[in-house]
Amino acid sequence: MTRHLLSAADLDAATATMILDTAQEMANLAGHQVKKLPTLRGRTVVNLFYEDSTRTRISFEAAAKRLSADVINFSAKGSSVSKGESLKDTALTLQAMGADAVVVRHPAAGAPHRLAGWVDGSVLNAGDGTHEHPTQALLDAYTMRARLGRVAGLHVVIVGDVLHSRVARSNVLLLSTLGAKVTLVGPPTLLPVDIATALVPGISVSYDLDAVLPDADVVMMLRVQRERMTDSFFPSAREYARRYGLDGPRMRRLPEHALVMHPGPMNRGMEIAPEVADSARSTIVEQVANGVSVRMAVLYLLLGGKPS
Amino acid sequence: MTQYLIKGVRVLGGEPADLLLRDGVIAEVGTGLDARGAQLVDADGLVALPGLVDLHTHLREPGREDAETVETGSRAAALGGYTAVCAMANTDPVADTAGVVEQVYRLGREAGLVDVQPVGAVTVGLRGERLAELGAMASSAAAVRIFSDDGHCVADPRLMRRALEYVKAFDGVIAQHAEEPRLTEGAQMHEGEVATRLGLAGWPAVAEEAIIARDVLLAEHVDSRLHVCHVSSAGSVEILRWAKARGIRVTAEVCPHHLLLTDERATGYDPVFKVNPPLRTAADTAALRAALAEGVIDAVATDHAPHAVEDKECEWAYARPGMLGLETALSIVVEVLGPRWDLIAERMSRTPARIAGLSGHGQDLVAGAPANLTLVDPAARWTVDPAELASRSRNTPYAGMTLPARVVATFLRGAPTVLDGKALR
Repeated sequence: MTRHLLSAADLDAATATMILDTAQEMANLAGHQVKKLPTLRGRTVVNLFYEDSTRTRISFEAAAKRLSADVINFSAKGSSVSKGESLKDTALTLQAMGADAVVVRHPAAGAPHRLAGWVDGSVLNAGDGTHEHPTQALLDAYTMRARLGRVAGLHVVIVGDVLHSRVARSNVLLLSTLGAKVTLVGPPTLLPVDIATALVPGISVSYDLDAVLPDADVVMMLRVQRERMTDSFFPSAREYARRYGLDGPRMRRLPEHALVMHPGPMNRGMEIAPEVADSARSTIVEQVANGVSVRMAVLYLLLGGKPS
Repeated sequence: MTQYLIKGVRVLGGEPADLLLRDGVIAEVGTGLDARGAQLVDADGLVALPGLVDLHTHLREPGREDAETVETGSRAAALGGYTAVCAMANTDPVADTAGVVEQVYRLGREAGLVDVQPVGAVTVGLRGERLAELGAMASSAAAVRIFSDDGHCVADPRLMRRALEYVKAFDGVIAQHAEEPRLTEGAQMHEGEVATRLGLAGWPAVAEEAIIARDVLLAEHVDSRLHVCHVSSAGSVEILRWAKARGIRVTAEVCPHHLLLTDERATGYDPVFKVNPPLRTAADTAALRAALAEGVIDAVATDHAPHAVEDKECEWAYARPGMLGLETALSIVVEVLGPRWDLIAERMSRTPARIAGLSGHGQDLVAGAPANLTLVDPAARWTVDPAELASRSRNTPYAGMTLPARVVATFLRGAPTVLDGKALR
C-alpha cells in the first residue's frame, strides 16, 4: 500500500482488492457487540475539512474511532483558516501536532497532492474540487461486489454531471482497474473534453440514457446541481429530468438484477425519482454503511496495518 | 568613458573579429585591433548578438515590490542578455497615466542596467471600459508606443476598434492579450485530456483564437497595427498566417515556456507551471516552434512574471499565473531552435526593437551602430537553480533543468552591465 491515497489511480487491482477484502472483515466486526478494534490506538487522525460535508466527515470519524484512533476534527469554518491561513501553514501545524493521517476535503483540485508534499503523515483525499473522491469509488465497488458478487465484467453506467464530478472520475479509474466496463452518459455540456481517453482507455460515452439501460448491471446517478442551469449547461431542471433523470419507466428498462446507486445527497425528482431511490434495486443506504467499513480498511492499511 | 576591446568574438556565429566600443557606439570592427587604454574582453569562443529586446516584461513596480522591482528585474534582464525591456502596465497603480509611465521610465534610468520602456494601459485601470489617456502617455518623457491591458483582454470589440484607430495618430500599437473572458471564467489550465484528468477547469484554445481572428479583421478594417501577446496555440498560428498572407499589419510574440513546456507539467499540481495563457499540448509547441522559425510569429517575448512565494506555494486554483523568464529565455530559444544565431537575433532583438519603436536597439553590430550587445558562450551548459536567479522571485518552471548557452557579458551603450556572467551593479 502506498503512503497516501490521493487518486483512485494510485491503486492497482491487487491493492484495491485487498482494501475491499479488508473492508469485508471490518464489516463483519460491525455485527459484534463491541465494534471497536484496538489497531490504531495512540495514532492521530485529523479530519481537515474545507467544505461542508457532514456525511463524509462522519463516515471517516466513525471509521477512525472504531479503530481506536484519536480523531481531531479541523473544520475550515471557525478556525484560523477563515482568518486566511495558508494550506501550507495549516499543514505545518498539523505536522507539529503529530498527525499520523490527514483526511482532507477541499474545494480546490489537487489540494491533497500539495498537502502530501508538506506533511510526513499519510494524506487521504476525501474529495478535492472536481477532481477525485477515491474512498467513494471504493465503497461503490464494495457495494457492487456485495450485491452482485463481483466487479470484473460488470457494465456500469454513470449518468449526469461528469464534468463537475469527483465521484465519476474516481469511479471510472477504479472500476476500470477492477475490470468493469464503464459507460458515461450525460448531456454533451456536462461531459468533459476528451473524457473517453483522458482517464483510461476503453470508456464508452453516450448522450442517450434509454439506449444504454437494457445493457446495464449498475446505474450510478450523479448529483446535478440546479445552479448548473443558470450557466446554460442545460435549459431547465424539468428538461434535465426528462432526458437524464432515472424515473420508474426507465428503471423498468433495466435488467432484473441491475442496481441503482447514488453517492448522495440526492435531488429527488431531478436526477432520480423517489420511487427509484426507495426501490429494492437502490443501494443508497447500504452505500453509507459500506463507507465506514471501506474507510476503516483504508486507514488501517495506510497506517501500517497488514491484511490479516 | 572607458573603451572596451572585445577580442575574437564571433558576431552572429561568424568568423572571429574584434569590436572596439567607444562613446556608446561600436567604433571599429576588424581583426587584430589594438586600442591603447581600452579594457580587453577576451571573447574567444563567444558569440556576439545585438542586445536582446523583450516586448513583454512584468517588473511589478509600483505595487508589488516584494515580487520584483524595476532594479531587480533590470538586473535579471541584463543577465539574460537584454538591453531593453518593455514593462507591462498591470502595476498598482496601473500604468494608465503619464505620471505612472514616467515614474517607471525614471526608475529604469536610475537602475541603468537596461532601457526600461514602459507600456501604457489601453483602458483606465485595465477595466476595459474606456480609453486611458493614450496620447498623454505617448507624449510623456516615457514616449510610450505600445499599449496593452495585458493580463486582461480588451474584450469589447468597439473599444478595441477605437483603440486600434486612435493610436495611429502617434504610431502606437495595441498589444492584445487575446482571451475571450466568457470562455475562460474560472479556467485553470489548457482544456484537454490533462485538465479532464486533473479535474481543473479548462482554458480552451478557442478563447485565444476567437479574439485573434476578430482583432486581425478589425486591424484590417481600420488599417491599423496590431500586436498579439503570448500566442499559445496551433490554431492561433493558422489565423496569423492567414492574416499576414492577406497583408494585415499584425505581429505576434511567443513565450519561451510555450515553446518548450506542455500541459503535462500540471500533473502534480505545482502552480509554478500555472501561467496565462496556459501551457498547451506537444502539437501546439511544435506548431509554435515552426511558426517562430518561419516568421509567422515575429518575436520571442518572455512574459517574465515574478510572484511572491505565498502566491505560488498554495493550491493550484488559488495561485497567481505566471513564470520568470528573463534569465532563461535565450537558453530556451537555443534549446528549441538550435544555435541559429542570425535567426535568434532576428526574433529576440531586431524585430522586437522594431515593433517597440526602440531605434537604438536591435541594430546589427557594425561600425557606427549603438554598442548594445550581448556575448554568449554557445558551448556552456548550466543547471537552473532558482536561488541563484537575480529576480526577487523564484517562480521559474525550469528549476533543475540543464540548458544550453549562457550569457557572459552584456553592454548597454558601450558600458558593461554584465561581465564574466555577473551583473556589475
